[in-house]
Amino acid sequence: MNNLLKEFTKGLWKEIPPFRLVLGLCPVLAVTTTMENGLGMGLSATFVLVCSNVLVSLFRNIIPNEVRAACYIVIIATFVVCVEMITKSYFFQLSESLGLFIPLIVVNCIILGRAEAFARKNTVIYSLADGLGMGLGFTASLTFLGAFREILGAGKITLLFGDTVFLAEPFNFIQQAPGAFMALGLILGLMNLFGRSA
Amino acid sequence: MDEYFTLIIGAIFINNILLAKFLGCCPFLGVSKKMDTAVGMGAAVVFVLTLAGIFSWLISRYLLVPYKIEYLQTLAFILVIATLVQFVELFLRKSIPVLYKSLGIFLPLITTNCAVLGVAIINIQEKFTLLTAIIFSAASAVGFGLALVLFAGVRERFEICHIPKPLEGTGIGLVTAGLLALSFFAFKGMV
Repeated sequence: MNNLLKEFTKGLWKEIPPFRLVLGLCPVLAVTTTMENGLGMGLSATFVLVCSNVLVSLFRNIIPNEVRAACYIVIIATFVVCVEMITKSYFFQLSESLGLFIPLIVVNCIILGRAEAFARKNTVIYSLADGLGMGLGFTASLTFLGAFREILGAGKITLLFGDTVFLAEPFNFIQQAPGAFMALGLILGLMNLFGRSA
Repeated sequence: MDEYFTLIIGAIFINNILLAKFLGCCPFLGVSKKMDTAVGMGAAVVFVLTLAGIFSWLISRYLLVPYKIEYLQTLAFILVIATLVQFVELFLRKSIPVLYKSLGIFLPLITTNCAVLGVAIINIQEKFTLLTAIIFSAASAVGFGLALVLFAGVRERFEICHIPKPLEGTGIGLVTAGLLALSFFAFKGMV
């Protein structure tokens, strides 16, 4: 039980992607223009990560070692297609704003990385905990980065129920492409600064 | 002719896949520490991305659309890319060993480069013709290579600079990428 909790919580702070594990940056930079997009992307990736982790772990003794990467990609791609269809039919607006980046979850290094580094060596229940922890950590990071960029970039924040709160003078730069790199780099630096002593 | 020129300039400078569309950030930060690896990776991407653009377009046009299974696009494309990469690797090893030696180690990494899959999907989304798709893929790949090589050039200098401790490694890399993106931003008014 204790171990299970450890596998779950390591994704939330100690190895939180993408800040600690600098993997899968493309969606992180591209879709975090608003908090809502960040949250949507995070949850989509979490769904795929949890499902693929469970399935890879279930089949870990069957999949031949030589072709494992191809097998993992097929498993992941299957769930990505599911997500693509679900968002298109139920969350149309979200699927429009995430666009290209939903199919690109397939090549997100975090998901393939967890399959390779964790799920293929551990039992189903541990893989589930690992996937869930990593996924929620990823979601939290994306939501945070999205909120950060929305508050600074647009000067307001749109909450989940459609309320808009105006907070500051808009600084458009942060919401544009160069600002994405800078914001992530600076947050990474701040985390190193304060995280080291903790 | 004019239209193709605009497409090329647009794909390389204005909508650079790396700095404006954020495709392929992992190899961008991963292999940009040394100039020669950056050049190798850039060349490998140009090669594979153009081929992948052609093959995925053909698959989509002659397999997915006629049988009405477009929803399998993601699955089909990633398999095409993975196979293509393996194939290119085998082919180079057998017939052009010199090229294989310089590009070899980068080829397996390209399968998970989202720029390749991204461009393949964009080709379909924008309803490009085969010729436009080839030009767009090649130009995007050149843009990727250009950004990678420029970035590696800047990054090599870090070793002799004083960098604040918390920003060392990826942090300063991202901030530099931001500055590079800012300079590419200036091309916006060109076309």
